[in-house]
Amino acid sequence: MCLGIPGRVIEIRDDAGLPMGKVDFGGVRKEACLAYLPEVQLGDYVIIHVGFAISRVDEDEALKTLEILATMGDLVEQELATMGPGMDAPAVVSDDGTPATGAFGGAPS
Amino acid sequence: MKYLDEYRDPVLAKKLVEEIHRITTRPWTLMEVCGGQTHTIVKQGIDEALPAGVRMVHGPGCPVCVTPLEQIDKALAIATRPDVIFTSYGDMLRVPGSTTDLLALKARGADVRIVYSPLDAVRIAAANPDRQVVFFAVGFETTAPANATSVAEAARRGIDNFSVLVSHVLVPPAMIALLESPANEVQAFLAAGHVCAVMGWTEYEPIAAKYRVPIVVTGFEPLDLLEGILMAIRQLEDGRAEVENQYARAVKREGVPLAQRQIFEVFEVGERKWRGIGEIPASGYRLREPYARFDAERRFAVEDIHTREHPACIAGAILTGEKTPLDCTAYGVLCFPQKPLGAPMVSSEGTCAAFFAAGRGIGTPARPLPQVAPIGFVPAPAGTSTGPVAAPAPAVRAASAPEASR
Repeated sequence: MCLGIPGRVIEIRDDAGLPMGKVDFGGVRKEACLAYLPEVQLGDYVIIHVGFAISRVDEDEALKTLEILATMGDLVEQELATMGPGMDAPAVVSDDGTPATGAFGGAPS
Repeated sequence: MKYLDEYRDPVLAKKLVEEIHRITTRPWTLMEVCGGQTHTIVKQGIDEALPAGVRMVHGPGCPVCVTPLEQIDKALAIATRPDVIFTSYGDMLRVPGSTTDLLALKARGADVRIVYSPLDAVRIAAANPDRQVVFFAVGFETTAPANATSVAEAARRGIDNFSVLVSHVLVPPAMIALLESPANEVQAFLAAGHVCAVMGWTEYEPIAAKYRVPIVVTGFEPLDLLEGILMAIRQLEDGRAEVENQYARAVKREGVPLAQRQIFEVFEVGERKWRGIGEIPASGYRLREPYARFDAERRFAVEDIHTREHPACIAGAILTGEKTPLDCTAYGVLCFPQKPLGAPMVSSEGTCAAFFAAGRGIGTPARPLPQVAPIGFVPAPAGTSTGPVAAPAPAVRAASAPEASR
């Protein structure tokens, strides 16, 4: 019950004083109460929890997070590329690319 | 689905795991507070991909699990009344009370109905004016605005045959209770993203400062959790203790003000009993006096019900992260999802149910509780920060051995 799922607002209406709407979750459509987010527009993504929109998804922040994640991957690769053989640090990945040892040289976790 | 699939990218996940391995120089113990996060961590095996010695402790953030037994017994007492339609989120139906559960009552003819939203319960009340309709208002801050709105709507529309059995709990007081415990081993928290979506994170700033504990507001997808773990470990490695926000696409510092206003119009903060933990001051919500007539405990005079837990169940130690389900003699033997002894086995967000669903430790005979060596802060020997850390390894291995052997 505690889960919240992002969905797209496809209908906004007033239900006897209570702002309500329909939200599309990749084809599945559900009723939702929009009372806490008066700024929400048709087409916005919101996070729905027990039939209530509890947050509007910030598209810029969503893209930023993905960009940071993607860039960080490159940084890791650059960092790994600078590490020649014979360094002190234990191998982070084995030859097949899977994490092989922890930073403590422990068994595969 | 948009905003879900891109946060499940296995290539990015692998890079995040590599980065976590790269920056980690010593053992750390992190707690994810929310049961939804526990489910993803265990299902995806995120905890098992972390460096040896980095331990995820599963926190008390499953509302179904921390609802005290006596609230369940009160629900059962109310639901058996012939004039009552008892409505609840589906997860609460199989939570065992001292003698039975709501689902069994339903099978015996009680009018127990699952609702998706508390507004559905209000609608049922409007459609059945000759019956009493009770809604089991459980949950953390995430669910509080919805439950509050149902009460406010019933009041606004004059639906007087509606009432709520309240068992609302709050995250920050539970975190403080854990941090104050002498047995505490948690060094950083992943705060629950959707709780913070509603409430913001200002409440967590004094906690991070006072207890010198990093707190990272974290989402629920695998990449969110890995990034949250990375941010928390980075803080620990840097010696910082701040509140950071990994889940920026859904969480703002101030939260959602209208949702908070709705909560505090209907509820006020009060003491709450937590299943397995006990009473924590100022750790939950109760109805404000203007809405007291919607209190099902008063309406049906069940305030004096008090009950005790099953003796074999270690739910309390599970909920505080002191023990894992694999430490429990009843896990998978006396206690499984079809016949749960305690609440963490009931909800899909419960730690025991998450372990069971992932097949951890199933099919092996019961065994005595292992001696778990404490994994507190173990400083890395000087000069070995980039190399294997020999000294703390035995303690870490001893503690993680049960998982490793399964």
